[in-house]
Amino acid sequence: MKLLAEKYSDEVQTILAKYPPDQKRSAVMPLLYLAQREQGFVSFHAIQEIAEILEISTTEVGSIIGFYTLYHDQPGGKYRIQVCTDLPCALRGAEQFLEELCDILGIQAGETTPDGLITVEHVMCLAACDRAPMFQVQTGDGLSYHENQTVESAMRYIESLRKMEK
Amino acid sequence: MSQYILLRHREIPDLNKLEVYRQYDGFQAFYKSVTSMKPDEVTEVVKASGLRGRGGAGFPTGMKWAFVDKKNWPHYVVANADESEPGTFKDREIMELNPFQFLEGVALTAFAVQANLAYIYLRGEFWQIAHQLEQRIAEMHSAGFLGENLFGSNYSLRIHTHLGAGAYICGEETAMLESLEGKLGQPRLRPPFPPSFGLFGKPTVVNNVETLTNVPLIIDKGAEWYRQFGTEKSPGTKVFSLSGRVNRPGNYELPLGTTFRELIFEHGQGISDDRPVKAIMAAGASSSLIVATQEALDTPMDYESVPSLGASLGSASVIVVDDTVSIPWLINKTIHFFKHESCGKCTPCREGTFWMMHLTERIAEGSAGWEDVELLRDVANQMKGKCLCALGEFSIEAVLSGIERFRNDFEQATSSPAMTDIQQTAEVGS
Repeated sequence: MKLLAEKYSDEVQTILAKYPPDQKRSAVMPLLYLAQREQGFVSFHAIQEIAEILEISTTEVGSIIGFYTLYHDQPGGKYRIQVCTDLPCALRGAEQFLEELCDILGIQAGETTPDGLITVEHVMCLAACDRAPMFQVQTGDGLSYHENQTVESAMRYIESLRKMEK
Repeated sequence: MSQYILLRHREIPDLNKLEVYRQYDGFQAFYKSVTSMKPDEVTEVVKASGLRGRGGAGFPTGMKWAFVDKKNWPHYVVANADESEPGTFKDREIMELNPFQFLEGVALTAFAVQANLAYIYLRGEFWQIAHQLEQRIAEMHSAGFLGENLFGSNYSLRIHTHLGAGAYICGEETAMLESLEGKLGQPRLRPPFPPSFGLFGKPTVVNNVETLTNVPLIIDKGAEWYRQFGTEKSPGTKVFSLSGRVNRPGNYELPLGTTFRELIFEHGQGISDDRPVKAIMAAGASSSLIVATQEALDTPMDYESVPSLGASLGSASVIVVDDTVSIPWLINKTIHFFKHESCGKCTPCREGTFWMMHLTERIAEGSAGWEDVELLRDVANQMKGKCLCALGEFSIEAVLSGIERFRNDFEQATSSPAMTDIQQTAEVGS
């Protein structure tokens, strides 16, 4: 099935209209976000479809997924909790925060909880250095920031997700 | 005299609402420019103001605009909202809370170079901000500040957002243009520079969010007014992002030329737990390490003075390090960042950051000897001047300055190297 053409045809047109008609390759990044919306990762079918729309090869589309960290070609947890552990955050305890959070969840950074709900990852600077420890949550449909966190506040948030998903 | 040029939302509630921004003379500068000024006159005012690029390089903004090739059309403007330098979080505050001043700056820049299409390239993590900006752009359309034949003139302008997807390198302007063209975000060989060969191969101005946000007030109040702030060669105010071991981290808009001491001890209210300050990084992870002597603390933060400390101001992301922090640990953090963010296009950076990371890891964990420190310095020196863009060049700043200026920390870290797993295995096997 044509995911983008059938399900999101209006969005696809809106995206294409942002760029000059002879430069539609520019639309590859927003189209990948669109393709990722439902399942949190880009399927091979979606890659083929984007390649067709933009008249480029599937390899070219695939290379974009590989180059940028916010695109995924493999399924992960429904919520990707991405903790910044870069220098300014680390100076405010972010490494310990990540370690304790992983311990409580019983996983290591990069892994997903057995219920498939939460993937914890460590990521590079998120431009929130004054409000560390902090993390962003990536879902299929977008991103949200959670700043000035403690392990307790993060766990309260995770529990609320678990309740919501029950 | 108001203290704020950029963070005016701190004095004016709800400045991120269009009607409030208009009450405070919002879009007056754009209206005046389109209806009564020639595009080159706008550029001249910005030139006379002495405004310099706030993204890190400090290049004179008006001069950049004047370089735009008038024989090759169309022209484009790209706002650099890829803010990703560890320690930098100023553009985010501007776009969230004073968005219309930023958008008016984009519009004025586009008018000055006669671009009819402008893009705002935001890092992918600024997903929410991008959606807010889209709504505000739509409000501008409805209010007649964007679209066709603006204010009855023959000038037309559209602005679109474009989200990156997590790649620090896309803050480098030519990598950003590649990314916006739907390719891998890897820097181009320069020259040609964007004002002659930019987006889609056309003349393009790329300016940082903070730079652009200065423009409306410069056009509205004039170059002379702007020059009363800051120093002769670095006019204006700057948003300093203060982070690390300080009591009150955050953004502080201060005149260029404010001392490190004032920023850290007055505005930042001193060092956490009253520890002594050990080192300062003035330009985020891309910084040389400044030894926090009394003299250094009294140095004015502007584009001319910080180099006297063997460092640069960059985007003014001031990371403060106290005496509990080991410098080998610190450079291991910054090198991990650069290794992760190296785009892989040029060999010195791709390989150099990889080998430096292995060395800094071993040094930081105490399993290296002094010869490893020397090897690290060798690798860094071999990268110097050979990388395609500033990412590789910046990656070695903290390494080389750290080894030179904090030699004790490295001697201590390598004084009694613990045996590595490989050495242990080798000994067991022998």
